[in-house]
Amino acid sequence: MEFLKELWVFLKTRKKYWLWPLIFILLLLGALIVLSGGSALAPFIYTIF
Amino acid sequence: MPEAILGISAYYHDSAAAILVDGQIVAAAQEERFSRIKHDDRFPALAIAFVLDEAGISFEELSAIVFYEKPILKFERLLETYHAFAPKGFQSFVAAIPLWIKDKLFMKRMLRDELAKFGKIPCAISFSEHHLSHAASAFYPSPFEVAAILTIDGVGEWATSTIGIGTNNKIKILKELHFPHSVGLLYSAFTYYIGFVVNSGEYKLMGLAPYGIVNGKQTIEFKQKILNQLVDIMDDGSIILNMSYFDFATGLKMTNNRKWEQLFGIPPRNPEGEITQAYMNLALAIQQVTEEIVLRMARHAREITGCKNLVMAGGVALNCVANGKVLNHKVFDDIWIQPASGDAGGALGAALAGWYIGSDRLRTPQLPDGMCGSLLGPEFTDKDIQKIIQKYNAKAKHIQEVEELTNETASFLAKGKIVGWFQGRMEYGPRALGNRSILGDARNPEMQRKLNLSIKYREGFRPFAPAVLEEKLTEYFDLDHPSPYMLFVGPVKQSRWIADPVAGFDSPILKRLYHQRSDIPAVTHVDYSARVQTVHLKTNSRFYQLLKAFANLTGCDVLVNTSFNVRGEPIVCAPDDAYRCFMSTEMDYLVMGNYLFNKEDQPVLPEMKKGAKAMD
Repeated sequence: MEFLKELWVFLKTRKKYWLWPLIFILLLLGALIVLSGGSALAPFIYTIF
Repeated sequence: MPEAILGISAYYHDSAAAILVDGQIVAAAQEERFSRIKHDDRFPALAIAFVLDEAGISFEELSAIVFYEKPILKFERLLETYHAFAPKGFQSFVAAIPLWIKDKLFMKRMLRDELAKFGKIPCAISFSEHHLSHAASAFYPSPFEVAAILTIDGVGEWATSTIGIGTNNKIKILKELHFPHSVGLLYSAFTYYIGFVVNSGEYKLMGLAPYGIVNGKQTIEFKQKILNQLVDIMDDGSIILNMSYFDFATGLKMTNNRKWEQLFGIPPRNPEGEITQAYMNLALAIQQVTEEIVLRMARHAREITGCKNLVMAGGVALNCVANGKVLNHKVFDDIWIQPASGDAGGALGAALAGWYIGSDRLRTPQLPDGMCGSLLGPEFTDKDIQKIIQKYNAKAKHIQEVEELTNETASFLAKGKIVGWFQGRMEYGPRALGNRSILGDARNPEMQRKLNLSIKYREGFRPFAPAVLEEKLTEYFDLDHPSPYMLFVGPVKQSRWIADPVAGFDSPILKRLYHQRSDIPAVTHVDYSARVQTVHLKTNSRFYQLLKAFANLTGCDVLVNTSFNVRGEPIVCAPDDAYRCFMSTEMDYLVMGNYLFNKEDQPVLPEMKKGAKAMD
């Protein structure tokens, strides 16, 4: 909850409301990937995050 | 009660912790030195424990905790990048998003959980922006009251480079270059294509560049192709990358290899493959382009700030060849570069930002700077060393007088012996500056080969760095600026060059390296350049005394200084690391504190495999 609250304040401050649907879809998709057991860092030559 | 601020960098690469007490830098160290995992990016629990202990501050007494970047801003960049490039990037998204959903989105909670292991968290956790942390690490410890600030690296949140101005206790960021247009990532893309490991092999690319043929047809062609196809450089030094050639924003690799091969006519080099002249020319071409970009950024920083002094930080600020060019072109009257310019330095920058920004605390610049020679890590007593002697049943001679110790060590060095030199506080940042160093005689024509084969166990194509008495700098190098942190490259003085014809471009790479081209051959690169470290009595008195003793004995004021570490491991931290490294390589002597270890006297360590390999 704290994260969602912070995200809301962040998007409000940055005036980036248009990111909301994107975040929703990506998180949904991401959750599916996580549930399907997708792995993370290993395939990257260099992570940019 | 003193006011203490803890700075933390973590979860990207090179985690570190730093502590300020009443605004003074008291301690800082990378986690890798304690965990013994190179470029360790985990939460720096061991480094935090060390800095708290060193400062004599309990965790509950901290008045502020500052993290070096803003994860939520990074997440925004990530989402917008995937959105902008969609549907390209799905593969990268599939790989990246689980990590965010599992961990990185909840960074604040992760930090809180980790910090709670030290006790009750006494204050809020603040977040500084990545490049603001770099800027703070560059400006606040610098000796300047006012300075232009240039930060250049791969990427932080959005910014990849910034120009700012520091005035007394304030920093103002004036301009930012945003992802994906990044000088650091451009350089890393070439690092990858030429077969080195991204984020650690950039030094190798820089060291390979001098083997390229300056003004050679192929080098010029490569440079033109880079400028025509890969990167557009503006007058102010900002760049636009042609993203059709790069894969890092949406893919798993750095480059679009098919397009690069079409462009340059050479395939990506296999890391184990031969380094042909074409790759050397390509390395030179990108080095020249990078220098041009950095130079333009520096000139623009001068224009818009009107400052006569420059401070720098960020991974690209470790490109000491480019730094040397900025210095030579006299864009600024004076330059100071943060020795821990990479992300490890972000911990210090975050702490400094926490101290000065948003408050009106007095800042008094210190001379030569506020970094204490970057000797901010742990120190060990003779008692600690005695424990190692007992543990390994080692044989060591205790020499109480420093003069006797340095004279004896100097006499070994003069005889061509290789000495592990472990003294005082460990360095903060990527360089060994004379407290965790392996030393040799720079005049010895065999020293490079010997260090490479017997100590480093590699056929490295880079020469070693010289440490020189600061007051003797201009007798050896055409460099009129101190370089205490090995961050400037300058040519060896022409009067010291050896007139013999140099090994030509058709010679194998190592024949060219080992060709004797000056009277300090072990530290002279193929283009007669050297990555200089100046040693001052005030910042490192024992190392200075050793250089002085060597000079008294031989008339030479220069020693080879290379980092004290073994393959796959970070630079040694504790006496145990040092003794094991000493025993697993063919170093002749180890001088640890006031103890002198002769290799011939040591019992064989059964668990040590002879020939364990070392590298810097």
